[in-house]
Amino acid sequence: MKILFARGFERKFGEQVQYLNQTILTNKAHMSWVTKTLNSTLGRKLLMALTGLFLILFLVVHLAGNLQLLLPDGGEAFNKYAATMASNPFIKVVSIGNFAFILIHVIYSIILSRHNKKSRPVEYAVSKASTNSVWASRNMGILGTVILIFLLVHLKGFYYEVKFGSTPMVSYEGVEFKDVYAIVATAYSNILYVAFYVICMGFLSFHLSHGFASAFQTLGLNHKKYTPAIQFVGRLFSIVVPALFALIPVYMYFTIQS
Amino acid sequence: MKLTLKVWRQKNNKDKGGFKTYPLDGISADMSFLEMLDVLNEDLNEKGEDPVHFDHDCREGICGMCSLYINGKPHGPKQTTTCQLHMRSFSDGDTITIEPWRATAFPVQKDLVVDRSAFDRIIQSGGYVSVNTGGVPDANEIPIPKTIADEAFDAATCIGCGACVAACKNASAMLFVSAKVSQLAMLPQGQVERKERVEKMVAQMDAEGFGACTNTGACAAECPKGISLTNIARLNREYFSAIVSSENV
Ligand code: HEM
Ligand code: SF4
Ligand code: FES
Repeated sequence: MKILFARGFERKFGEQVQYLNQTILTNKAHMSWVTKTLNSTLGRKLLMALTGLFLILFLVVHLAGNLQLLLPDGGEAFNKYAATMASNPFIKVVSIGNFAFILIHVIYSIILSRHNKKSRPVEYAVSKASTNSVWASRNMGILGTVILIFLLVHLKGFYYEVKFGSTPMVSYEGVEFKDVYAIVATAYSNILYVAFYVICMGFLSFHLSHGFASAFQTLGLNHKKYTPAIQFVGRLFSIVVPALFALIPVYMYFTIQS
Repeated sequence: MKLTLKVWRQKNNKDKGGFKTYPLDGISADMSFLEMLDVLNEDLNEKGEDPVHFDHDCREGICGMCSLYINGKPHGPKQTTTCQLHMRSFSDGDTITIEPWRATAFPVQKDLVVDRSAFDRIIQSGGYVSVNTGGVPDANEIPIPKTIADEAFDAATCIGCGACVAACKNASAMLFVSAKVSQLAMLPQGQVERKERVEKMVAQMDAEGFGACTNTGACAAECPKGISLTNIARLNREYFSAIVSSENV
């Protein structure tokens, strides 16, 4: 008798809970599940991780192109490559996507940083954060801001100049090409620009030293077998890629000078 | 031992609060940190001053009630609970700064006492199993691999102290929530409410005003129970797969 009563009560109670859940969920129904997810802290971090990983991929492609600046051919390979990139419709789509991803990455970095600051408005008088975490991981915002400044200067100097400015022309085998190489070479003959470039690559290196592996953790991709490899590749990537980027202006500065 | 304590004093949750300095003498290296504070409070009582309020209960490292941000680290210099921290971890003549946990979701109530009921509300939102478990089943009736059982058990050792939130620069509760989601997600009994649980607990975590996770790892480095970052990756996985596949639109 007692058991029967309890069962009956439970069934009723269960319905009640079900009903409550339903109303809570439907009351929030004006926001779609997609919007709700993207407004959650985890959803926002998901966007950071996905855009960050795309930007990492972009760095590789960009570096492969830039390394042609080191060829001793007076810029022919690089100029031809630049022309192909500018005319290829697929690259055009990717480059629009790239701008969008940078924008999303930056916007969400601001949203997240502000949210995080609001979650800890009063700082500790004494903090030994360096004993529990690495500096780069605690300063992704500062590192990112320097990268953003670099990107703006970089885009103004090269992208905007080449696309909308007056670029000198060269001809190879009778075909006219924009002499992008000349613009780059002029920029890299300025020691201040070279120094700025190298320093910014240092900041990128630190951003990646935490960001690379962090993105995988955000995506939930953690595994006994693969995580050590991801961390290793991340460390390697964060040193080699910015170093190669920085090598180009330094090399060109010294070779053009002499 | 002779010590100088710099203690955060705050009358109530509206008061601005500030540090007060107390010299302390005759402390034995064998005392626990909380016993040292008991000595201070006896002094203050005798002088007719308001004793320093701090949270504690079991003093055995199992209840999660003690807290305190000691010299820049939650639960002090050792990776243990404040009640299990001993004065031998300090030296004669040290100045020790004691602050409350700092987080919007953990408002200071008085002195070093913070309100951690945000954690309770996260658990209430889904951190349970509501199936009728019935009588005690035969031990081997539900086969669970040892590795999984161990991992679930490790996650279940979280005592809800909030040191992870205190340590995190964003005051994020991801380590706590990930432990509470993991302990049930890995076991058969937790499957029925698996998706709903993670969705609701994450929503509650956000509603309480905890920060987002930057994967700095400070939480796991400071957790007195050694809850690992793999739980946070699992939480991310659980959440994203629940979001795309659950029936809750
Ligand atoms: C080439 C450029 C960039 C690359 C490759 C890159 C890559 C990444 C990656 C992979 C992450 C880790 C995401 C995660 O933890 O899940 C990250 C995080 C972050 N990035 Fe970037 N990023 C770039 C530029 C920027 C810029 C321009 C900013 C901002 C002004 C920025 C701000 C941040 C911040 C604040 C975080 C940490 C977010 C958090 O976890 O709280 N990044 N980035
Ligand atoms: S995860 Fe560790 S630090 Fe956080 S509440 Fe649990 S036991 Fe405390
Ligand atoms: S008082 Fe119970 S864990 Fe410290």
